Amino acid sequence: MNKKIKVYGVPTCPFCNMTKKYLKDKGFDFEYLDVSHNQNLAKEMVEKSGQMSVPVIEIDGEIIIGFDKEGIEKILRS
Amino acid sequence: MKKIYDLVIIGAGPAGITAAVYAARKKMDILVITKDIGGQASLSGDIQNYTGYQFITGPELVIKFEEHMRKFNFEIKENEEAKELISKQNTFLVKTDKGNYQAKTVVVASGKRSRELGVTGEREFRNKGLTYCATCDGPLFSGKDVAVIGGGNSALDAALQLIKIANHIYIINIADNLTGDGIMQEKVRAENKVSIFNNSRVKEVLGDSFVQAVKIEEDKEEKILDVQGIFVEIGLIPNSEFASNLEKNERKEIVVNQRNETNVPGIFATGDVTNVPEKQIIIAAGEGAKAVLGAFRYLSTKK
Repeated sequence: MNKKIKVYGVPTCPFCNMTKKYLKDKGFDFEYLDVSHNQNLAKEMVEKSGQMSVPVIEIDGEIIIGFDKEGIEKILRS
Repeated sequence: MKKIYDLVIIGAGPAGITAAVYAARKKMDILVITKDIGGQASLSGDIQNYTGYQFITGPELVIKFEEHMRKFNFEIKENEEAKELISKQNTFLVKTDKGNYQAKTVVVASGKRSRELGVTGEREFRNKGLTYCATCDGPLFSGKDVAVIGGGNSALDAALQLIKIANHIYIINIADNLTGDGIMQEKVRAENKVSIFNNSRVKEVLGDSFVQAVKIEEDKEEKILDVQGIFVEIGLIPNSEFASNLEKNERKEIVVNQRNETNVPGIFATGDVTNVPEKQIIIAAGEGAKAVLGAFRYLSTKK
């Protein structure tokens, strides 16, 4: 299992923190990108996901919006 | 023959999780069906009134709750929403968006959700500039013009968070005055970047792929405000629609007595979805325990 996982989030957002904890507990490595102080990252996230809410999770180019455990597991299992 | 659970718990916020812990310790055969874990408690900021914790955040408390619940080995159906609750002979049928479950007793702990405006464009632009969670999505509106809808504590709280982030904030308030705490009112009034529109209602959300403006009516005069973000903070409504046979009050809360009994014997309700006075995490948790003890007692009289 060597999928590349990115989590776009902001520090105050509970679901971002839950996503991070969930991935950590499952033992997955991921890159966390804080979009709150970086307009370019925020723009990148909005462009990739076509919407403006956090978290956005990117797994090997596939986009998941929100803390969607089932969605994450489905892609990680495939 | 389909499995019949002793108890189905609908919801896993503070009330539902506490109910589940109590039920598991009573060795009841239970199933928890829930859209998410933690409910509104996940969205709480700093909590300083949950006994045993002098300071904890909502998400941290929810993690503790969840760990406690998962210590036991019962089934939890997450991302699943109850759609109907039907009384059968001696059992109840819970229909969800994914399946059907039968139980001898039911505890409804489905909580509350953000109230929607009910205007054109609201659904279309949800998460495309329109949001119900300022804490979550606020930081994405750095340097932008935004509108906060509402005049109570949660609206003023959102506005105060956004002062540090946004360029300009319009508060659209339906009443003739703000209703949030005086200290918060003073703070927003003192800010140059905040404009307050009282006696104003939202008519429409406008945009193309993202929000571009909001149309409001102020004292019968229509205005269009150019904004990229809209934060809806107009209160909460109970998730009680699926329980169509249960008696509700004028706020659509399920009516329960001191023992968390509803008008249907065998169905108990607990937490913020009910008419319990005061909506607090610790109260919801305590109510969850009460509801399950009631359900347990109900089951033993049936045997």
